Amino acid sequence: MSLPYVGQPGTPTEQLTDGADNPQNGTKPGLDSLPASTADLKRIALELRRQIVIMIGKAGSGHPGGSLSAVEIVTSLLFAVMRHDPANPKWPGRDRLVLSKGHAAPVLYAALATAGYFPKDWLNSLRKIGSPLQGHPYARSTPGVEISTGSLGQGLSVAVGMALAGRLDRADYRVYAVVGDGESDEGQIWEAAMAAGHYRLDNLVGILDYNGLQIDGPNREVMNVEPLADKWRSFGWHVQEVDGHDFAQLLSALATAADVKGQPSMIVARTTKGKGVSFMENVVDFHGKAPTAEQVELALRELIDV
Amino acid sequence: MKLGMATREAYGRTLVALGRENPNVVVLDADLAKSTMTKMFADEFPERFFDSGVAEQNMVGMAAGLASCGKIVFASSFAVFLPGRCFDQLRMSVAYSGTNVKLAATHAGITVGEDGASHQAIEDVALIRSLPGIKIIVPADELAAAWATRVAASNDGPFYLRLGRPKSPLIYAGEERFALGKAIELRDGGDATIIANGRMVAEALAAADVCASDGIAVRVLDLHTVEPIDREAIVKAAVETGAIVVAEEHLLNGGTGSAVSQVVVEEYPVPIEFVAIRQCHGQSGDPDGLLRAYGLTAEHIVSAVQKAIARKR
Ligand SMILES: [Mg+2]
Repeated sequence: MSLPYVGQPGTPTEQLTDGADNPQNGTKPGLDSLPASTADLKRIALELRRQIVIMIGKAGSGHPGGSLSAVEIVTSLLFAVMRHDPANPKWPGRDRLVLSKGHAAPVLYAALATAGYFPKDWLNSLRKIGSPLQGHPYARSTPGVEISTGSLGQGLSVAVGMALAGRLDRADYRVYAVVGDGESDEGQIWEAAMAAGHYRLDNLVGILDYNGLQIDGPNREVMNVEPLADKWRSFGWHVQEVDGHDFAQLLSALATAADVKGQPSMIVARTTKGKGVSFMENVVDFHGKAPTAEQVELALRELIDV
Repeated sequence: MKLGMATREAYGRTLVALGRENPNVVVLDADLAKSTMTKMFADEFPERFFDSGVAEQNMVGMAAGLASCGKIVFASSFAVFLPGRCFDQLRMSVAYSGTNVKLAATHAGITVGEDGASHQAIEDVALIRSLPGIKIIVPADELAAAWATRVAASNDGPFYLRLGRPKSPLIYAGEERFALGKAIELRDGGDATIIANGRMVAEALAAADVCASDGIAVRVLDLHTVEPIDREAIVKAAVETGAIVVAEEHLLNGGTGSAVSQVVVEEYPVPIEFVAIRQCHGQSGDPDGLLRAYGLTAEHIVSAVQKAIARKR
């Protein structure tokens, strides 16, 4: 078996010393046609939800709940906010997206395929032997995946390192990290939170997919993470709380985050696990259970209208 | 044998030289910069030095992030914490991701001394060996450590450098040509081969002298690179000398002895004896006293050589 080792990380880039003529800076539009309206974003979100359900159904395993809850978050980032170029995934000036809650790989894969990072038919190979789309994000096989994740708590630390690199290079890219609420049980999240606050990384934006559930049940029963917003504030972060399925709120918060100076930003996005599929919404079991063929059909019947 | 500087000090000095040569070199530490000697780099290049505080897991993640943006990243802590405290981070963010991170772990082995078992990393090589994709170097003295630091910087991908706390006996004179994955033959001989690395190379040479005075000609190999391992030199030693002793400042399970055995058993089985720490924890004490107490001296190597030769068919 040989996976296509595309986009190997760690390839040295040129040292950059000056902000003005810095090839890592600039306004190069990633996608030529960024959606102008939330109607467009809603249409993309619906399409991503359909792809998530279909690909996990085909794979026969995977994590639908936390993928569906993060659809608007990932859609906002990749289709409205981030500066990136699907035709050139390693463009040094790109904004970086780290999916720290790596089990939500299907939402990232659906978004990357839709943005044009790789052909959509790759989605049919999810979790199959030899597939470039591993069960959890693998940076060396999937264009657009910045770092391999899947063991919780690690992605935010990597994002901190990327933000430090951006500052060191006087580059103006931003680093976005999508973090889970269950993931927030991990001590490393708070190590990273402390470091980002300490280094005042205003080029780092975290988005917390706060769906309230984790594998063993509701957060408050398994391990209480509250008061979440206060925790981030106390670590020196600028914190906003939004409805994580409302594009207007997400986009406004992301715009505010971009203007914050001298501290990292956390957007606590209230979401619904399994959002968009009635029989998956707020159902703990759909954290890591694939829908049956019949359930896929039922779900797709619900996912038809914006 | 004349004492040189500690391998960690050679590492710290070489980092400064690398920092001057290459603006892409970045160094991280977890609140041990004075001990790991990264402080020398931090003092000269404060912009390119990042302290994670006492948070090794986050340090490894930050290192991976910096590396993924094109930096050549050295991350240092004590060998008990790196890899011990951050094994999963090394597995995911470094080995599996293939990020260009150089792990330089100091205070490895029992010769940490008085701090005791909590601070004596005697299982670190086994842990790192279990991760595909990380190259492992265990330098014997200051020159070897300086070379190891440079070779890690100039080769893409993850490295693990195993460095010691005390001053190291000088093995090399400065004319040797080190090469990644190539053992160095320090003594030639046909009766048996001692394969050693790190602090044990000095003991191996002393043992070879004792054997020579008894009329036993012993070959000595410095197996500074454990991964990728020099299969050719090991097989040659098995074929030409028919008996092998592996000496390492590490637990018996999973270290250099295991690595050598795998090659010998696969390619050309001959008797092997191990000079290593049997499955037990360390304790406080002076480094030389601990080497004696845990069976890691030239004397122990000599009797291992005799046993290995006696087992020859
Ligand atoms: Mg959750």
